[in-house]
Amino acid sequence: MLGRTAGGLFWMFRYLERAENISRLIDAGLRISLTRSGDNQGDWNSILKTAAVLEKFHEAYSLEINLTSATDWLLRDKTNPSSVLVSIESARSNARMVRTALTREVWEAVNEAWMLISQALSRKVSERDLPAVLHLIRERVAYVRGSLHGTMLRNEIFNFARIGTFLERADSTARILDVKYYVLLPSASFIGSSLDNVQWSTILRSVSGEGGFQMSYGQRPKPREIAQFLILDNRMPRSLTFCANKIVSNLQYLQIDNLQAPPSSAMANRLLLSEKNIDQIFDEGLHEYIQNFLLQSAELARQVEVDYRFYR
Amino acid sequence: MDESGYFDEMHGIDGETTRPAYQLYNDWYKSEDATRLRKKQKEAERLFRLTGITFNVYGDEKAEERLIPFDIVPRILSGREWARLSQGIRQRVGAINAFLHDIYHKQEILKAGRLPVDLVSNNEAFLPQMLGVNPAGKVYTHVVGIDLVRTGPDEFYVLEDNARTPSGVSYMLENRETMLQMFPELFAANRVAPISNYPALLHQSLSESAPAWINDNPTIALLTPGTFNSAYYEHSFLADKMGIELVESHDLQVVDGRVAMRTTKGYTPIDVLYRRVDDDYLDPLNFNPESQLGVPGIFDVYRAGGITIANAPGTGIADDKAIYSYIPDIIEFYTGEKPILKNVPTWRCSDKDSLQYVLENLAELVVKEVHGSGGYGMLIGPAATRKELEAFKRKLRARPRNYIAQPTLSLSTVPIFTKAGLAPRHVDLRPFVLVSPNRIDITPGGLTRVALKKGSLVVNSSQGGGTKDTWVLED
Repeated sequence: MLGRTAGGLFWMFRYLERAENISRLIDAGLRISLTRSGDNQGDWNSILKTAAVLEKFHEAYSLEINLTSATDWLLRDKTNPSSVLVSIESARSNARMVRTALTREVWEAVNEAWMLISQALSRKVSERDLPAVLHLIRERVAYVRGSLHGTMLRNEIFNFARIGTFLERADSTARILDVKYYVLLPSASFIGSSLDNVQWSTILRSVSGEGGFQMSYGQRPKPREIAQFLILDNRMPRSLTFCANKIVSNLQYLQIDNLQAPPSSAMANRLLLSEKNIDQIFDEGLHEYIQNFLLQSAELARQVEVDYRFYR
Repeated sequence: MDESGYFDEMHGIDGETTRPAYQLYNDWYKSEDATRLRKKQKEAERLFRLTGITFNVYGDEKAEERLIPFDIVPRILSGREWARLSQGIRQRVGAINAFLHDIYHKQEILKAGRLPVDLVSNNEAFLPQMLGVNPAGKVYTHVVGIDLVRTGPDEFYVLEDNARTPSGVSYMLENRETMLQMFPELFAANRVAPISNYPALLHQSLSESAPAWINDNPTIALLTPGTFNSAYYEHSFLADKMGIELVESHDLQVVDGRVAMRTTKGYTPIDVLYRRVDDDYLDPLNFNPESQLGVPGIFDVYRAGGITIANAPGTGIADDKAIYSYIPDIIEFYTGEKPILKNVPTWRCSDKDSLQYVLENLAELVVKEVHGSGGYGMLIGPAATRKELEAFKRKLRARPRNYIAQPTLSLSTVPIFTKAGLAPRHVDLRPFVLVSPNRIDITPGGLTRVALKKGSLVVNSSQGGGTKDTWVLED
């Protein structure tokens, strides 16, 4: 398999995952706007921060950050390298480049996703239409994932697609925690207030984890349990541990016929080795733990590029 | 111009009768409901869009990807018509390969005085680097597209021989797929010669053309200029159907005397490269040093027999528009036979008397650039305004060598489906030919291009032409 094709698959699925995650973040933000009165500039601010596009927003505009400006920036701004529109276009152009590695079903699913989503985002999305557009994004990405699972051989093509997916997903979950870690700290002064209930459910909502959390931990969220759920719970498909486990096994597949494991395999294992129990993580510092995870996963992504010759 | 007086392939010259090959189709069409057909036409468009069968238009940033319009009325050839055509094509393509081998080796045809020496030596399409090079199996043109037009029941003319990197075969195949999906009943009633084995034949043909020292299962790759190329869809389509890697130049490198592609596990040598980039861009060390699309040193590997390049570099000398007028002589010289397919009479403007004739009769002629393609830079005399004619005369006087002229042919028509029902439009035909060391395969039919505008003679997709499925009936 060509190194360039491996790279194209990796990025195609990173971008699809990104589009999906951004739509989930907007969905969580929209929910806060609907449940609270008055100004929620702070919440949109932190959503932009979570998507790692806050600075870019300030560079591009001197606008106030609110529902309208934030959603437009996140959904359809061409100068935002992580907007849904840019992500879906990049996913599709990578798919076009690696067309020969994809089944017809996967290609058509991503091509149609691009056609419909870029059509839906061709003009400003009104608040009224927002839920439908957010739904469309997640639905269309799900179609691509579904056809990937239903029609693709479990070979290296599949594994590169998955590595891209899980690196992006781990990054996204870690960022959500990175921006909101303080509401999970025991020292937070507003424990028990209605404010943290909103904050906590926002976190869960932005990883589509409300239902799963309730099923496993009951109706009354405790911050430590939310952290446990998002960091360590291996049943939760968006938790850091779940993603890290997947990356380790996808990389393992790729090195079956390699005599020596490339550096990226060891780095992926380190993501898992740093696994502790939640008390240790809190004792040593939740924020430090997450920062470290983000750093390591970014390094891992760069090493995968090198080990599998994406570019040279 | 209107369409009366032209030969219509469905309804004949008089427009009243239905020619035998179209009989069953005509019966079916009459029993069909126009609303359903209109829906089908829309559905076809959606299928093409979804599959991504689009082409890029250079210099048109906004509409980066466009669909080539597809018309749901097939173009139908009888088995007898096709038998004669394919015989003529076989003869022509065989002669072209013999010519290429000769022109890059002993040059007997020049020594015999059958072709002017300066027509070759001063020709940009002639590659001196190819002199004495021996392509595996003596095959130069692994893939050829012969452009034909028709003017009457038995009158076919060759308009152009595309011997470099002809494109369009993916449209031929996808058009058929689309028709099979939309109108299965038509294929149950008519015995249409299948074409779906083209990718398998191409793969076989390329395999057989691997360097002789390569054992079984040569590694084949398709070289594309990249996703921005107008024919990128076709490149990915063919690589996909053949199960070979689709490579770009930066995937390739010369490693230990072989051309190799960068895989996730290191460099793997390639035995046969089906390249869809022009000669000029193939190798910045040996040809255009500015090329970003090529592989430095690939030509040296080629010359040493380390790789097969398909089509071979330098085949352009055979489809050059100035050489074109000599193809009947070329056929006679190498086969000893009379040409089966006719050439369009051609005036070479480099010739003084011819230029005079062309200038005096410009309003009746079609003038083409010798090295042009895609319908760009041509003049269709009967459709031009007086001002355009005058402007073109100045061009002709300034650079006569750059042009050839041909009479305006009364191209045949085939109906297309319009809001008002069937309406005749002019068509051409590009059959695809595969050449292996021991065989020439011609896929039955080919790509029919159709001018969608009433009266228009320009069928090029870049100029608003469309395509049709092309049937050869098995009599």
